[in-house]
Amino acid sequence: MYHTGNMVKELAEKHGRKRESLMPILQEIITKHNYLTDDAMVAVATELDISAAEVYGTASFYTFLDTKERGRNVIRVCKTITCSMKGKNDIISTLEDILKIKVGETTPDKMFTLLETNCIGWCHKAPAMLINDMPYTDLTPETVIDVVKGYMR
Amino acid sequence: MVTLKINEHEIKVAEGTTILDAAKKLSINIPTLCNHQDLCVAGNCRVCVVEQKGARTLVAACAMPVAEGMEINTNSLKVRNARKHIVELLLSEHRADCTKCYKNQNCELQTLANEFSFGEHIFLDLVAGRPYEIDRSSPSFFKDDSKCIRCQRCVRTCSELQHVSAIAVANKGSHQKISSFHDRPMSHVVCTNCGQCVNRCPTGALVEKTYIDQVWDAIYDPEKHVVVQTAPAVRVALGEDLGFDPGVRVTGKMVAALRQLGFDSVLDTDFTADLTIVEEGTELLTRLKKVLVEGDQKVALPMFTSCSPGWIKFIEHKFPHMLPNLSTCKSPQQMFGALAKTFYAEKRGIDPSKVVSVSIMPCTAKKFEADRPEMRSSGYKDIDYVLTTRELAVMIKQAGINFLSLEDEKYDSIMGASTGAAVIFGATGGVMEAALRTAYEIITGRPVPFTNLDIVPVRGMEGVKEATIKIEGTKADWKFLEGAELKVAIAHGLVNANKLVKAVSTGKASYHFIEIMACPGGCLGGGGQPIPTNIEIRKKRMEAIYSEDTHMAIRKSHENPEVVAIYKEFLEEPNGHKSHKLLHTHYVKRESY
Repeated sequence: MYHTGNMVKELAEKHGRKRESLMPILQEIITKHNYLTDDAMVAVATELDISAAEVYGTASFYTFLDTKERGRNVIRVCKTITCSMKGKNDIISTLEDILKIKVGETTPDKMFTLLETNCIGWCHKAPAMLINDMPYTDLTPETVIDVVKGYMR
Repeated sequence: MVTLKINEHEIKVAEGTTILDAAKKLSINIPTLCNHQDLCVAGNCRVCVVEQKGARTLVAACAMPVAEGMEINTNSLKVRNARKHIVELLLSEHRADCTKCYKNQNCELQTLANEFSFGEHIFLDLVAGRPYEIDRSSPSFFKDDSKCIRCQRCVRTCSELQHVSAIAVANKGSHQKISSFHDRPMSHVVCTNCGQCVNRCPTGALVEKTYIDQVWDAIYDPEKHVVVQTAPAVRVALGEDLGFDPGVRVTGKMVAALRQLGFDSVLDTDFTADLTIVEEGTELLTRLKKVLVEGDQKVALPMFTSCSPGWIKFIEHKFPHMLPNLSTCKSPQQMFGALAKTFYAEKRGIDPSKVVSVSIMPCTAKKFEADRPEMRSSGYKDIDYVLTTRELAVMIKQAGINFLSLEDEKYDSIMGASTGAAVIFGATGGVMEAALRTAYEIITGRPVPFTNLDIVPVRGMEGVKEATIKIEGTKADWKFLEGAELKVAIAHGLVNANKLVKAVSTGKASYHFIEIMACPGGCLGGGGQPIPTNIEIRKKRMEAIYSEDTHMAIRKSHENPEVVAIYKEFLEEPNGHKSHKLLHTHYVKRESY
């Protein structure tokens, strides 16, 4: 959990308080904190004079605007057909083994969240995954361990 | 003007008219579902598709504007097949337990299914496999997502008419749903319980929480003395659910029906509406005196009316810093409740614990109001059960009463006498007009300077209304108001209330007294009124209300003989000790989500 503090006010100053400012504000909160807390969504609603349900409605439409608590690094393994055929399940089980969590969960130290995602456009280099904004491709159970270890430091 | 052909009939209509409205002019019926006269076009249910010559796909008649030379077919094979599939797709995601559903026979989806999709269905039932839970948390209504077809009328209502948006569209694809903030229970979000969504829901996804069985139980219980009160707006709308056209006043028939249902005493909320005017008028004048004569900075002006429980919850959520501006008067329903188990019980010699107090309201928020912990000043729950106009119609049907042929009857006494001033509480501007009729007379000893007591500037359907009344020829006690201009404003529909309160709160506008009603048109357009409710029907109910006022022998609240008597016998004086205990209340700040 992070504290909203003055962040939303500052973002509203930066992006404006119109309805169309909603997305850039939410995206910037996500860039900083990986997910939207209830407090942050209520603060955005207050700044923009819209309802919290509308902010939640918008956020819940977009997979990458998470409204559940996420770790510092969000791993999204592509679950779409090509990656599935090229061994995505092995990648997932390797990740589950080394992180000791299941898909959808966050490590107790809040360092990693493991998720699946729909196609991220790397079918030609399947299986693929994202860690935060960075794509990793042509994964094998061996390489994925190295990639994740890079984030453990 | 644009010329087009619909089903081979040529018609000229104004540019910008939709195909749907053009067809209406030719008396061609195109079915609709997400469309509602009060709301913006959504075009998401697709039931209104029609074939346009030369177009690749079918077009939505509700959303498509007409064009020169357009040729439309509303009843081709392609259209019929498409509609059938569309209705069946909607049904595949709808729990069609029609015989158990509260909206049975009053459901727009059911009507369409009846027209387009009888027999075997070709699509899978998608409801059975999903873990739906009915949200029963609100005391006013149920939200059952398994019956929701996501037409979004409720979402548009909550946003466009009420500026509340307690519900919005959340998630996407097959997970799409109408959701509160984080899917919290409706009782824990900004929802005002106004029921405008309930009034517009085409299915049984949003329905009022009904207390019909509890009321029957009380009526059948020989130990109980069941009193019923009827709100002003019910008498001009109840007929719509029982075979009359909109705008027919059925006051006398309603009283007769209530008596036949078995209520022990049929009384009138109008009585406490008059009492509200005396209490609230006195409160306003006291506030003015404190500010203008004593220079008391702590007294808040303008004063807002407090009869509309949807509005009360709205201000508690959205403008808690303005709560001191709310009149402390309870609504007429709650004043009635507090008196029913004190004054009435005492006078009739009945043990108040045996009194069951029922109210018939055009409103779903009244159910919430009756449940507020503040509303127990009689020592009991002041109002036991609140029924909507629609629920009363159901009871009348259940009892097998032939409403159309009932002879008119009169209200019982005590607490059954009313005036024209009380009746107009049911229309936007009515409380203001009633208050002015009384306040002006208290100050000057003369009636308001309007022909026939009709204060026309505060009437009508405009969202925000303003009026200024110059006070001249004051009595000795009110000399400080001599020559003063009393500035008043009126808003109905919370979207308008929001504008007005904002203008006041930011200092852009200043008034002495403001009337606010949560629902469009005031109580006559309440969430508990017959379905459909739309602008034409609201206008007809409004005409009926003012005609009821004109036909009343007494048209000023302070002249109601029972109001005069209750001060003499029981309350002693307006805003006095007993009034404060029984007839006034306080408010609470609520969360902003």
